[in-house]
Amino acid sequence: MKKILKPREREQLLGTMYGGPMGLWFTLFFTVPLGIIILYSFMKRGLYGGVEWEFTLDAYRQMFNPSFAMVVVRTLWISVLSTFLCILIAIPCGYAMAKSKHQTFLLFLIIIPFWTNSLIRIYAWISILSTEGFINSLLMRIGLIDSGLKLIYNNGAVVLVLIYMYLPFAILPLFTTIDKFDFSLLDAARDLGATKLGAIVKVMFPNIRSGLSTAFIFTFIPIFGAYTVPLLVGGKDSTMIGNIIVDQVSKTRNWPLASAFSMILTLISLVGVFWMLYNGKREQMQKGSKKTTQQALEHNIKAHHSLRGTK
Amino acid sequence: MNYHKYSSKSGFSFSYVMLALVIVFLFIPLFVVVFFSFNSAKGMQWDHASLIWYQRLIFESPSLWSAFRNSLIIALTSSVTATVLGSLAAIGIKWYRFHGRSYITTVSYLPMVLPEVIIGISMLIFFSAVKVRLGMFTIFAAHTTFNLPFVFMMVSARLDEFDYSTVEAARDLGANERQTLTKVIIPTIIPAVLSGFLMCITMSLEDFVITFFVSGPGSGTLPLYVYSMIRYGVSPVINALSFVMILGTMVIAFIFRKFLKTVAASS
Repeated sequence: MKKILKPREREQLLGTMYGGPMGLWFTLFFTVPLGIIILYSFMKRGLYGGVEWEFTLDAYRQMFNPSFAMVVVRTLWISVLSTFLCILIAIPCGYAMAKSKHQTFLLFLIIIPFWTNSLIRIYAWISILSTEGFINSLLMRIGLIDSGLKLIYNNGAVVLVLIYMYLPFAILPLFTTIDKFDFSLLDAARDLGATKLGAIVKVMFPNIRSGLSTAFIFTFIPIFGAYTVPLLVGGKDSTMIGNIIVDQVSKTRNWPLASAFSMILTLISLVGVFWMLYNGKREQMQKGSKKTTQQALEHNIKAHHSLRGTK
Repeated sequence: MNYHKYSSKSGFSFSYVMLALVIVFLFIPLFVVVFFSFNSAKGMQWDHASLIWYQRLIFESPSLWSAFRNSLIIALTSSVTATVLGSLAAIGIKWYRFHGRSYITTVSYLPMVLPEVIIGISMLIFFSAVKVRLGMFTIFAAHTTFNLPFVFMMVSARLDEFDYSTVEAARDLGANERQTLTKVIIPTIIPAVLSGFLMCITMSLEDFVITFFVSGPGSGTLPLYVYSMIRYGVSPVINALSFVMILGTMVIAFIFRKFLKTVAASS
C-alpha cells in the first residue's frame, strides 16, 4: 500500500527527485573540483606534481615573484584594452542592429563567425598575419615591401585576435538592451536642444546600463582567462595568466601555484559578476520593480546567452 | 507630419557604417581560409584552382576521422545526459521547494561565468586526485558539466511561460506523476528541450580548452586534432577542413533560425 504523503513532504520528495540528479552532478564535477583547487592553493608543492599535506602560503608568496607579477600586469592591461575596444565598437553596432528592419539577418551575420570553431578562427588569423601570410604576400606582390612584415607573435596580434574572438560577446547583449530602449526619448532630447551625440550619451546610456555591464563582464572574463589566443598568436612576451596556470600544471608541475592563480582568476570573475548584478539591480530599483539576486543573475545571463551558442 | 525628424533617412549614418565594417571584419578571415582551400599550391600565393586538399581531407586523413568519431560520441552522450538532467532539474526547481534548491540554482550558473581554463584545470586536478584515468569518460563528464547550465536555463525560461494549473488539472483528472510528466509537461517544454540539446551538441563539438585538459591518449576530439595541426605542421588540408566546419556552423545556425527570431523578439 502506498503511503499517503503530506503536501510538504510530497513537494520535498518530488523536488529532490527532479533536481537531485543535477545537484549531485554539479557537486561531484564542479563544487568538489573547485574545493580541491582552493585546498591545494594552501598546500606544499609535491616533488613530482601533486601536493604534500602541509599548510603553507608559499604559492601565494610566489605570485609576487617579479616575472609572475609582470604577467599579471600584462594580463590586466591586455584584457582592459581589448574589452574597452570591443565595447566601443559594439555600441554603434548594437544601435544599428536595434534600429534595423533586418534584425534576424544581421543576427545571423554576427552569429555565424561566432559559432565557427574558435581554433579555426585563430588559424585564419595566423594565415593572414604570418610572415608568408595573406597580407605579406599581397603587399609583396604589389611591390610595396621586399621582405615580410612582422605582424604576428606580438601583443598587438593578441589584442587584435582577442577583439575578433570576443566582439560578438559585447554586441549581442548590447543589441538586446538597446532593442528595448524607447527611441522616441532621443527625439524628445533633441527637441529640448541636445545634440545627437549628447542625447545618446545622456539619455540612452543610463537606460542601457545593464546591457553595458553585461557586455563588459562577458567580454572581460573570458579575455582575462584567455589561453589559446596568447599561445597561438602571441610572442614570448605575450604570456597571460591562463598560460601560466597551464604551464604550472603540465610542465613545471607546481600544482599549488596553478591553484593559487586559478583562485585569483575565479575571485576576479566573481567580483565582476556581482558588480554586474549590482548594476542590474540598481537599474531595476530605479524602474520600481524588485528583483532577487537570483532573478537578476538569471536575467543578465539570459540576455547574454540566449543568443550565444558557444562558450 | 514628420514623425522621425531626427532619424537619418539618407542612408548614411555612423552606426550603420560601423556595423558594416564590423561584419566585413568578422567575415574576412573566414573568406581567406575558404579561398585558399581551393588553391593547388601550399602557400598563400595563388596557383590554380584545385580540390586536392579536399581529396586529402576525405581519403588520406584517417586520424582526423577517428577524432571526428570521438567528437560525435562525446557530443551525443554528453548532450543526452545534460538534456535529461537539466530539464528534470528545471522542472523541480521551478515548481517545488526542497532542501538544496538555492544551492543547485546558484551552482548551475557558475560554470557559465567562470573562465574555461578554471573549469578545465579544476577537473584535471580532481580526476588526478581521485585517480581516474583521463580518456573518453573524463571528456564526457566535463562536457556534460558545461552543457548542463544551458539546458537548465533554456528549459527554465520555457517553464516561466507554463501555466502550473495545467499540471493541477491533470492531477485532478487522475493522472499520476509519471503520466503528468510524459503527457502534459514534456510535450509543452519539448521545443526548449530540443533547442537545449542542439545547443549542447554545438558546444560540445566546438570545445577545445576544457577538452584539452581532460583528454587522454587516443581520446582526442576534432578540435584537439585541429590544434595539433596548427601547432605541429600546418597543411592546407586544414583550410579544407575549415570550410567544411564553417558550412556545418551555417547549417546549425539555419536550424536555429526560428529560435533566433523568437529570442530576438522576446528579449
